[in-house]
Amino acid sequence: MKPRSKAKRIFVNRLIMAISAAVSGLFLFILGWVLYAVIMRGGAALNVSFFTRLPTPPGVPGGGLANAIIGTLMMTVLAIAIGVPIGLLAGIYLSEFGQESRFADVIRFMCNVLMGTPSIIIGMFVYALLVVPAHRFSGYAGAAALAILMLPVVMKTTEDILKLVPNTLRESALALAAPRWKVTLGVVFRAGKSGLLTGILLAIARISGETAPLLFTALNSPYWPRRFQEPTANLTVTIFNYAMSPYTDWQQKAWGASLLITVSVLLLTVIARFALAERRK
Amino acid sequence: MIVSNKRVTVLKTENANLREHRSQSAISEPKVMVSVRKLNFYYGQHQALFDNNIDILERQVTAIIGPSGCGKSTHIRTYNRIYELYRDQRVEGQIMLDGQNILDDNMDLIQLRHKVGMIFQKPSPFPMSIFENVAYGLRLHNKMPQGELVGRVEDALKRAALLDEVKDQLHQPGTQLSGGQQQRLCIARAIAVEPMVLLMDEPCSAIDPIATGKIEDLIETLKKKYTIVLVTHNMQQAARVSDYTAFFYQGRIIEFGRTTQIFENPSMKQTEDYITGRFG
Repeated sequence: MKPRSKAKRIFVNRLIMAISAAVSGLFLFILGWVLYAVIMRGGAALNVSFFTRLPTPPGVPGGGLANAIIGTLMMTVLAIAIGVPIGLLAGIYLSEFGQESRFADVIRFMCNVLMGTPSIIIGMFVYALLVVPAHRFSGYAGAAALAILMLPVVMKTTEDILKLVPNTLRESALALAAPRWKVTLGVVFRAGKSGLLTGILLAIARISGETAPLLFTALNSPYWPRRFQEPTANLTVTIFNYAMSPYTDWQQKAWGASLLITVSVLLLTVIARFALAERRK
Repeated sequence: MIVSNKRVTVLKTENANLREHRSQSAISEPKVMVSVRKLNFYYGQHQALFDNNIDILERQVTAIIGPSGCGKSTHIRTYNRIYELYRDQRVEGQIMLDGQNILDDNMDLIQLRHKVGMIFQKPSPFPMSIFENVAYGLRLHNKMPQGELVGRVEDALKRAALLDEVKDQLHQPGTQLSGGQQQRLCIARAIAVEPMVLLMDEPCSAIDPIATGKIEDLIETLKKKYTIVLVTHNMQQAARVSDYTAFFYQGRIIEFGRTTQIFENPSMKQTEDYITGRFG
């Protein structure tokens, strides 16, 4: 066999490096472009009344999206309260108890299916399940849809993170006569703490931009979200409505709301990265 | 593994001295602590242990030696039923400890593991402070005032020959210690709850020779109080620290006897071949 020439190896090496650098550069450029557009157009919309006032009809100056910000926060918090505990428990089951059993495999498969399900279908599902029988759109339905979207993400990351915890740690704790649940909560969970936190933050980031499932469930509202049994204002559906409208002041508010969501997701991701870096240390 | 004949001779003399020393102090034959009968073990369809019979004597160090994959670890992992963490592993036979067959379905695993402590190959400090690591087992079983807890943690660290090195950093993470210190921390954690039997599964294979020396010294001290079963792939270590040795090969106990006898005058050809480094 003839060895390949050194020059050729170096050429191939440089070629591959150049291609991967170019592709990375392209994606960074697109990301930068999106950020630039959102900041340029949305930045102007962000002022005090954006965060404190109710929306105004088109053409009426002032006003803000305070109700949508609060509505989104409330629904996200409720979605976290429902989705995270269930996701964590399911992830614990898969990693610690179900392991390779038939039942666990079925759950794992369902989880993957759910993860790949388009969010609009989750919206339709919750619409049929909660909105139709109640004859009204509601914040509860919105939170439920978001919780279902979070569930597989939290579940999968929990399982993955807990599986990274070395078995010796479990064995050591079990060998000290700790019951299984204490081993899981006191030792395994602690070892995977920052990884779990990262998973939860990323799941929150994932749902914070969802529009389709809210369109069918929480709908939207021009009023303060006082009662969760009613249609509840939220940022994403507001963006959808305002951006499609012919009014420039509404369109600008839509850009402002986009910027707000982008910055929140960015912050969550950065915090998640820091938590992960902490873990590696 | 290669052991030169010269080395073996040195070991033999060392052991002869030890034996002499022991025969002076020994008053009577120690009583049986763990009695294993017809123990078979399966990983799924694969059988890993075949009809193991052995008596582990009280306050003696029993070494388990043999080539990789011969079932040494598998064997001792039945003594505290730690294998049950894995779904496809199962066992048959009888292991008597403290008047009970620990393989009985109605055996209380918490109670069993309270009596049988274990040290693993890889040091495995919990992700918490040195103090909390040792306090972990104590807190599981006894409600005690903080003062007593501190006393018992320090006592365990002292008996594991670690207190002097860590007494100023008890509240630092246990994972920051060196490998050898981590392993002694695990020993402190295990002896803090006062087990009857201490299983050690190749406790020195992941640490350096100096740390190994410290742990071997520790084993010598600990056996005054505990029954120790030591799995090792290091024959010199078995010869240095153990009173009894069992030679495992392909899931069977080929030979079991006093360490001096196994190393000086093995009755089985396979044992002799392994000890002299002809295979393994």
